[in-house]
Amino acid sequence: MSWTDQLCVRSVLCMALATRTDRRPSFARTVWDSTVGKKTVMAVSGLIMLLYLVVHMIGNLKIFFGAGEFDHYAHWLRTVGEPFMHYEWTLWLVRVVLVAAVVAHAVSAYQLSRRDIRARPGKYAHRKARASYATRTMRWGGIILGLFIVWHILDLTTGTVHPGFRHGHPYRNVVDTFSTWYGNVVYIVAMLALGLHVRHGFWSAAQTLGVGSRTRDRALKTLANVLALLLTVGFIAVPVAVMTGVVS
Amino acid sequence: MKLTLRVWRQRNADADGTMSTYEVDGISPDMSFLEMLDTLNEELIVKGEDPVAFDHDCREGICGACSLVINGDAHGPERTTTCQLHMRSFKDGDTIDVEPWRASAFPVIKDLVVDRSAFDRIIQAGGYITAPTGAAPEAHATPVPKPDADLAFEHAECIGCGACVAACPNGAAMLFTSAKINHLNVLPQGAPERETRVLDMVEQMDEEGFGGCTLAGECATACPKGIPLMSITSMNKEWLRAARKVKR
Ligand code: HEM
Ligand code: SF4
Ligand code: FES
Repeated sequence: MSWTDQLCVRSVLCMALATRTDRRPSFARTVWDSTVGKKTVMAVSGLIMLLYLVVHMIGNLKIFFGAGEFDHYAHWLRTVGEPFMHYEWTLWLVRVVLVAAVVAHAVSAYQLSRRDIRARPGKYAHRKARASYATRTMRWGGIILGLFIVWHILDLTTGTVHPGFRHGHPYRNVVDTFSTWYGNVVYIVAMLALGLHVRHGFWSAAQTLGVGSRTRDRALKTLANVLALLLTVGFIAVPVAVMTGVVS
Repeated sequence: MKLTLRVWRQRNADADGTMSTYEVDGISPDMSFLEMLDTLNEELIVKGEDPVAFDHDCREGICGACSLVINGDAHGPERTTTCQLHMRSFKDGDTIDVEPWRASAFPVIKDLVVDRSAFDRIIQAGGYITAPTGAAPEAHATPVPKPDADLAFEHAECIGCGACVAACPNGAAMLFTSAKINHLNVLPQGAPERETRVLDMVEQMDEEGFGGCTLAGECATACPKGIPLMSITSMNKEWLRAARKVKR
């Protein structure tokens, strides 16, 4: 018997504690049922999407090197990993992971937000706006991003909402989208929302995962700002280039 | 000083409350906020009206009994407890809004008094050590490194007032719970229950109906004892470590 167990035998409290310990549910259950755990799901899924977005943004910049290079890059995405992977296998693998991340992120966000609103039903008569700024921008920004993701796929992947969409000609399709005023507005608003979301989200994720600390705080905040700015500017560069005729 | 007070009046837990307006005169800038309310109550009693119910005990900033959201700020405009807030922080002729802590987990009992027993149950879930302590041990028997002692002390300063919950847009009790967990988890005396403590206290916190953390940071701004926001980061880290480690 270890010395802690010996102490336990003498302590009623500890025996109660021991019984509690025996009934612990699985790791997955513990995570999903806890506010702290569910926030971890948000952080991990958020970081997966963030990683993808950085790669996606860099890929998009190929549009500045002409239709040949851009369309070739789009085709290459379907052949990544060959000959080990079959045509489009890698692409579908990435898609499955991303859909899982989006769903996990959105479901956790919804459940946590519901809980938060229930926990604080009454408003103070004396209002202070600052209190919920970050929370509000995360929720509204998240909803905007969710809607944008759906629209974006229907516009440039499936072409469902894109009149004159041509499969296998992404350069043409992109120029097409950004030649309409609503295409530009939807895209630019969503990218500004993305910047705000990443700015608070990246730093938050570090706190949720317990890697933040007093000495690292400034570096993490700077990194969050740099990432947010880079993503927003990098993504918005494409519609701006089409609008100004740099890309046509 | 002459002041106009708008005070939350609520007959009992089930009644609807409203903000009622009172005038108080002859307030000295050297009075504490609670002494100012005492003055109001003396007048109300003389007039045969029901005095305003509010919590208080030590009146020296150490017990955590006093509360009140004053002009939208938990414990008022200074970083201190309401009992240590002086009327010199206000101007003659000011209108001051006085409200109770607002959170589902802290239901109003009467006027400005809320039921904070949810905090007691969080402590009962693991905010103690199980070793039989007996008389004070010899101080050098268990060496504690100075940085750990300082960290434990910083967290031990939490007086359990609940201002963090009152200020949080999500009615979350993360700052309180993290202070209590970190206080014991950094010390050798707290080591035997390091994992069960964090898992059980967080579980109880969720069960009480507190919200989750969105890292708005309002709690740390409101805390009269300066418990840092990073305390929550440390708790998240402890929780993730424990969730992975505890055997099932
Ligand atoms: C489906 C669309 C989305 C919705 C509905 C959504 C919603 C939210 C909400 C409400 C939060 C705050 C949660 C809280 O603080 O409790 C959040 C956090 C976060 N989001 Fe999103 N979001 C979406 C898309 C994205 C995208 C595309 C990214 C990738 C950059 C992302 C990255 C993050 C990160 C890293 C966090 C921080 C997690 C944490 O605080 O630990 N989100 N999201
Ligand atoms: S963390 Fe600060 S605000 Fe919260 S209960 Fe403790 S002393 Fe009060
Ligand atoms: S009355 Fe004890 S802290 Fe204010």
